[in-house]
Amino acid sequence: MDQLLQHVLNAVVLGGTYALLGIGLTLIFGVMKVANFTHGELYTFGAYMAYLLIGPLGLNFFLGLLIAVLLGVLLGAVIEYVLLRPLQGAHMDTVMLVMIGAWIALQNLELLTWGGVAKSVPQPFPTEPLVIGSVSVAPLRIFVLLAALVLLAVFYLILNRTKFGIAIRATFQDPDVSSLMGVKINQMFTLTFAIGSGLAAAAGALLAPVFVVIPIMGDLVTLKAFAVVILGGLGNIVGATIGGFILALAEEFGAGYIDSGYRDAIGFILIILVLLLKPQGLFAPRERTG
Amino acid sequence: MTERNIALCLAAILAVLPFGVTNQYVLFTLTSAGILVIAAMSLNLLLGYAGQLSLGHVAFFGIGAYVSALFSLGFEFHYGAEEPIVVPALPVWIAFVLGICFAGVFGWIIGKLAFRVRGAFFVILTIGFAQVSRMVALNWVSLTNGPMALTNIPPLSFWLPGHGIVPIQGRMESYYVVLILGIIAYWILDRIVHSRVGRALVALRENEPLARSVGIRVTRYLVLATAISAAMAGGAGAMYAHYVRVIDPDVFMFIYTVTMVIMVMTGGKGTLLGPVVGGLIFGLLPELLRQLVRPELQLIIYGVAMILIVFFLPRGIVPALLKRPSSASNESKSARMNSEANT
Repeated sequence: MDQLLQHVLNAVVLGGTYALLGIGLTLIFGVMKVANFTHGELYTFGAYMAYLLIGPLGLNFFLGLLIAVLLGVLLGAVIEYVLLRPLQGAHMDTVMLVMIGAWIALQNLELLTWGGVAKSVPQPFPTEPLVIGSVSVAPLRIFVLLAALVLLAVFYLILNRTKFGIAIRATFQDPDVSSLMGVKINQMFTLTFAIGSGLAAAAGALLAPVFVVIPIMGDLVTLKAFAVVILGGLGNIVGATIGGFILALAEEFGAGYIDSGYRDAIGFILIILVLLLKPQGLFAPRERTG
Repeated sequence: MTERNIALCLAAILAVLPFGVTNQYVLFTLTSAGILVIAAMSLNLLLGYAGQLSLGHVAFFGIGAYVSALFSLGFEFHYGAEEPIVVPALPVWIAFVLGICFAGVFGWIIGKLAFRVRGAFFVILTIGFAQVSRMVALNWVSLTNGPMALTNIPPLSFWLPGHGIVPIQGRMESYYVVLILGIIAYWILDRIVHSRVGRALVALRENEPLARSVGIRVTRYLVLATAISAAMAGGAGAMYAHYVRVIDPDVFMFIYTVTMVIMVMTGGKGTLLGPVVGGLIFGLLPELLRQLVRPELQLIIYGVAMILIVFFLPRGIVPALLKRPSSASNESKSARMNSEANT
């Protein structure tokens, strides 16, 4: 029972960041119909920026995280402007190939810049774990969870309560009609990609002090983000949030009770199952399945 | 010059090449490139003709490699508390055929499962399959030896009249075996593409609902194409295993699928010669670049090349060379109309 609670707690901490990743990806897919294979590289970029700012540059921990996220937003905007804008209206497979090319180029650029040796990010929290009843958790992980939850909440508020959010949701449903209603579609696309990328960079920056930072970590993250998105249904934001926690729980229990070697395979097995049994995702609304 | 004539010329040049080039390293590089060309040709059937972007193709290559290596080495199959099933070492050519068959069967199963979905779903599903394959190879240590790799894999051997069973060990012999396998693969694909099956695949690539409406059983043809393509990739993988004679779970790495995709795209997807041209370029380029730049930079070049090809040479080298200027403008017009119809 104690072990069970501990697994649940670990999963919830991880689930928050998975949800951030999934929301970013699903937003980009929903609005732009782009399968963003650079998502994991934005995550890696966020992690390296956090390392650079907090480690060698010696910035304040929280300020460093914030700047890392903003840089991720900026990189996302650049990618959209340079690679995706000229391809508007191109076939989805074409765009996918370009994103895969960008994925390889970015990853190896990171490898070239930082080398293959893992980096660790210093953190200001006490290393002594907090013991609550029978479970223990590092203070840093609590901070990661809280930060992820705050970001999720802010994202929902922006999407549901602001004019900008309405514009995004309108573009999501029908770009042509919303463009007739005066929404500047190109701006929306850039902003969407930038925000989605920023969420990925935030996940990377938050997890950087928890794990270590290596260039190839983006590979698994991209695929896990897709797993989260498929669990929730492509383009379904609430679904992606829940999907993030489900994937984390499945991984944590799979690793804890079955075989830790297959931890990273669990996401794919989930994807395969979902695609076979309920391809529209677990939380698809009844009517809109397109 | 038609595509078939160019292919014949190319085969003739490659056949006499070892008489002029005696450098062992060059032969080794060409043989490795040849194995990748076969893999790229198999991917082209799916990507170029059926229009399905499979990003898990390396899984079939790896399965072919592992199955053929295991059967030629002999292995024990542990499945719980009971005595393991002991499979003795089989003659290498039987193992080679088994590698092809296993890969084909996996292709058939994956096709059956994956073609319920299309587009991004299909891509993710195939990537997922390759990742799971890699993790099985990594973690099923009692069978695959995990990260310690399978070593001492025997070389490929064939029965020759008058000589008995001859192992293929020298650089020159391997070169010719790969060349012959490549020609066989090309011939099989040529037959398929110009048959009913090939036309059905192209029809559904161009317009799936229309193909369906005239009675083409889309899923059946897609599954068939995947199985054939997988078997061929498995053959390339088995050849690789017996040529390099050591394999580890890294054969499943995503970058190899990407390399195959780049080969097909650069050469020209949907043309028989495309993967051969693209495969030779990207099979030999790394060897040339190796002396000049670091591997990371080489991969950056790959990624950038992929983006540039999509932007500036979307149909690949071979179609750009084969088409006469007058018909090319018609082609591009119809291609543009197609892309508009697709959006």
